[in-house]
Amino acid sequence: MSLWLTLAVNSIALGGLLFLLSAGFSLIFGLMRIPNLMHGSFFMLGAYFGVTFLGKGMNFFLAALLSGVAMAIIGAAIERFLLRRLAGQELPQVLLTLGFSFIVADICLMIWTGDPWQPPTPRELVGAVQVASLFFPIYRLAIVAVAVVIAIALWLLVDWTRLGAMIRAGVDDAPIARVVGIKVSQLFTLVFALGAGLAAFGGVMGAPYLSVYPGLDAEMLPLALIVVILGGTGSLLGALVGSFLIGFLYNFGQAMFPDLAYVILFLPMLLVLVLRPQGLFGRVVT
Amino acid sequence: MSSRALRVGALSVAFIVLAALPIWVGNQYYINIASQILFWAVFALALNVLVGYGGLVSLGHAALFAMAGYTAGLMLAAGHGHFAADLTAIVVTLITSAVFAVLALRSTGIGFLMITLALGQILWGIAYRWASLTNGDNGVNVRSRPAPFGFELATADAFYYATFVVFVLAVMSMAVFVRSPFGASLRGTRDQARRMNALGYNVWLIRFLAFLLSGFWSGIAGILFVYYNQFISPQVVALQTSAEVLLMVISGGTATLLGPIAGATIVVIMKNVVSAYIERWNLVLGIIFVAIISFMPEGLVPGTVRLWRMGRQALRAKPAAKPDKLRDGRP
Amino acid sequence: MTALRVNALCKSFGGLRVTTNVNLTVEPGERRLIIGPNGAGKTTLFNLITGELRPDSGSILLFDQDITRVASRRRAHLGMARTYQIITLFGRDTILRNVTLALLGLSPLRWNPLIDLDREQHLVERARDALARVGLGHIAERPLAQTSYGERRRVEIAMALAQSPKILLLDEPFAGLSIDERRDVRQLLTAIPRDVTIVMIEHNMDVALEFAERITLLHFGEVIVEGTRSDVVNDPRTREVYLGE
Repeated sequence: MSLWLTLAVNSIALGGLLFLLSAGFSLIFGLMRIPNLMHGSFFMLGAYFGVTFLGKGMNFFLAALLSGVAMAIIGAAIERFLLRRLAGQELPQVLLTLGFSFIVADICLMIWTGDPWQPPTPRELVGAVQVASLFFPIYRLAIVAVAVVIAIALWLLVDWTRLGAMIRAGVDDAPIARVVGIKVSQLFTLVFALGAGLAAFGGVMGAPYLSVYPGLDAEMLPLALIVVILGGTGSLLGALVGSFLIGFLYNFGQAMFPDLAYVILFLPMLLVLVLRPQGLFGRVVT
Repeated sequence: MSSRALRVGALSVAFIVLAALPIWVGNQYYINIASQILFWAVFALALNVLVGYGGLVSLGHAALFAMAGYTAGLMLAAGHGHFAADLTAIVVTLITSAVFAVLALRSTGIGFLMITLALGQILWGIAYRWASLTNGDNGVNVRSRPAPFGFELATADAFYYATFVVFVLAVMSMAVFVRSPFGASLRGTRDQARRMNALGYNVWLIRFLAFLLSGFWSGIAGILFVYYNQFISPQVVALQTSAEVLLMVISGGTATLLGPIAGATIVVIMKNVVSAYIERWNLVLGIIFVAIISFMPEGLVPGTVRLWRMGRQALRAKPAAKPDKLRDGRP
Repeated sequence: MTALRVNALCKSFGGLRVTTNVNLTVEPGERRLIIGPNGAGKTTLFNLITGELRPDSGSILLFDQDITRVASRRRAHLGMARTYQIITLFGRDTILRNVTLALLGLSPLRWNPLIDLDREQHLVERARDALARVGLGHIAERPLAQTSYGERRRVEIAMALAQSPKILLLDEPFAGLSIDERRDVRQLLTAIPRDVTIVMIEHNMDVALEFAERITLLHFGEVIVEGTRSDVVNDPRTREVYLGE
C-alpha cells in the first residue's frame, strides 16, 4: 500500500516539476511554432546554476529565482540574436536549438564535471507531514504548491493582462497579430525568455529531488515534448493536466513495466500526433 | 576544358585515389577512419533522400541504422550465419521504415520531425530498457566479420575495400535514382506537393517509397557499422546520432550527392582526429551546427561552389556567360 | 452528355458557408466564364471540382461519370487540368523540366527509378512541342527563376495543355499581366480546339467577356445569375452584386 502511495506522491511532485518545465515549452511552441529542443538544457543549466548559488550559501528560493532570471536573460539573448535571424524558417530554428543543446551539454560537463550534484532539501522543508497514518514528505508537497502558484500566476498573466491577450493573439495567428500592431518579434523574445526562466526555476526546485547530472537535459526534453503534445500546444491547462498525467505514467510505468518504461511514455504521444494533432486541449496544429 | 569533362576527370581521380587508399595511407588508424567516413557517408546519403530530395527532415533515422545493426548483431549472437543475419537485418529495417513512414507521413514539416523524433526515442527506449531482448546498456558483441566470397574482412585494409565497394554501389544507385523519373517526382513533391497532386502524382506513395529507399541504405550502413565496431549499444539509437547524421547532410549541402559525402567526411574527421586534441566534441559539433544553420544554410558544398564561381567570374575580364548550373545529382 | 455537371454542391468551414447549393452544367467544347466579387467562392468551387476540397453534399459529374468520391490525383488521369491563381511552378527547374513533369504525371514512367529522365526523348520532345505551342520553345532550357511573370503564366498553360485534358479549369489566367501579355494569352486560349472544354474564373472583364459564351455569376457561394453573355450583362442582379445591395 505504502509503495503505491509513495509512487503517487512522487508522481504529483514530478508532475509539478514537469509543469514548470512544460509551461514554457508550450508557450514557445504555441507562439513561435517550434519545439524548443534546448528546453531540457535550460532546465539542466538552471539546476547547475542553482547548485553553484546554493554552494555559496544562498537561500534556496533566492537561488531558484536568480537562476530563473539568469536563464531568462540567456534565453532572450539567444532568441534576439540568433533565432530572430531565422525568422519565418521554423525548421532551421528547431535545428538551431538542437545545436545549442549540444553546446550547453558540453559546457555543463566542463564546468560542473560528470559527477551528479544533489543539493540538500532546504531546511525549512525537511521532514514529513502526517495525515492519519500516512506520511507525506513536505518538500515534495512544496514542489506541487509552488507549481500551482506559478500556474495561477501564468493563468492570470495569459487570461487577464494585456500582455497575455497579445500572447494569445500571437498563438492564434501571428501574422494577423502583426498587422493589428502587436510587436510579435518582441513577444517571441519575451516568451522564449519566460520559458527559459521557468525551466531553470523548475530545475533548481527539482535539484534536491532529481539531482543534477549530465544527461538530465536529454531526459527532461522528451518529457516536456510528451506533455505538450498530449496536453495541446499553447494551452496552459493542457500543460497542467498533461504534466500530472505524465508524472503518474512515468512513475507507475517504471515500477510496473521497467522494460517498456520509455515506450509507455512515447506511445501516447505518438498516438496523439498521429490521430489528434492538436492534443487534448490545444488549438495549434503542426 | 568543358565542365563535363572536368567533372568526369575529377570523379575518376577521386575513384582511383579512394580505391587505392590502403596503399598510399600506410597507417591502420587512418584506414579505419576512411572506412568510417565511407559508411557514415552511405548513411548520410540515405538520409538525404528524404531531407534533400523529399524535403522531409527526420530526427529519428538513427533508429533505422541501429535496427539493422542490432538485428544483425543479435542474430549472429544467436548463432546464425552472416548471410542470414544481414538479410534479416535488411528485411527488419525495411519493415521498420514502412511503419515509421506510415506514421510520420501523416504530417510534413515540423510534425514529421516530431513524429520521427518520437519514433526514434521509442526505439532507443526499447534498446536501453528491454535488456532481455537487447542486452541493454551492455550492448551486443559481434565476434567475427563476414568473409564474402572467401575474402576475409578481419584486417583494416580488407574491411576498407569491402566498405568501399558498398559505398560505390550506394553512390551509383543514388546517382541513378536522382536522374530517374521517380527521383524527379520526389523532388516535385518537395517543391510543390499540391501541384504534383493536381498533375496526377500520388504524393503520399512517392514519399512512402522514398522512405523505404532511405531506410534500405540506412540499414546497409548500419550493418557496416556493426561489423566495423564488432559491437553495438543503445547509444547508437540516441537522438545524438540522428542529430549527427543530420548535421552531415546539412553541413555538406542537401542539393547534391557530394554534399552528404563531404559532410560525413568533415564530421567523422572532426570527431575522431580533432577529438584527440580537443576534448569537447559535442561543443564543437554544436557550434558547427549553429554556425552552418545561421550563416551557410545551403551547406558547405554549394557555398564553396558559389564562392568558386564568384572567384572565377572576378578573374575574367568580361562578365561570364551563363554560369554552370549545379543540377541535382551531379557532384 | 455534358462535360461537367455540378449538382447541389455545398461546402462549409465551421459555421461559414462557402458554397451553397451550386448547380452548374457545362457542355462539351463550351467556353464558360465564372465571375463574382472577391470572396464569392469561385476558387473554392474550383477546389471542389478538382477534388482538393471535399464537398459536404452534392455531386460532381465529369462526362457523366460521378467523380465526387474520386481522389483528386486521379482526376488528372480522367482528363481534368487546372491552373492556379498564384503561380506555383517548380522554381528550381528549367521550364522544359516543368512541362516534362506535367507530362510525366500521367505516365506510368513516373515510378521508374532506373532510367534517365532527360534521355526519354519522346517525353522531352512532347514537352518542347507544348512549350512551342505557347510561344516559349526558344527558351525551353531557361531556368524558371529567370523567366518573367507573363512567361510563367504561359508555362502554366503549357503544362495544363500538355496533359491533353478534356476539361481545362483556368483560375484567373490573366491576373497580373500587361496588355501585350494579355493579348498573347488570349490568342493562346482562342487557339485551343473545341475538344477541350474550358471553364475560366476571371476578374478582368474586357478580356474575359470576349472569351465567354456562357457566364455564371457567383456571390457568397451561390449562383446568382447564369446565361449567355448578354443575359448576364443585362441582368439587374449583376449590377446589384457588383455595385452593392
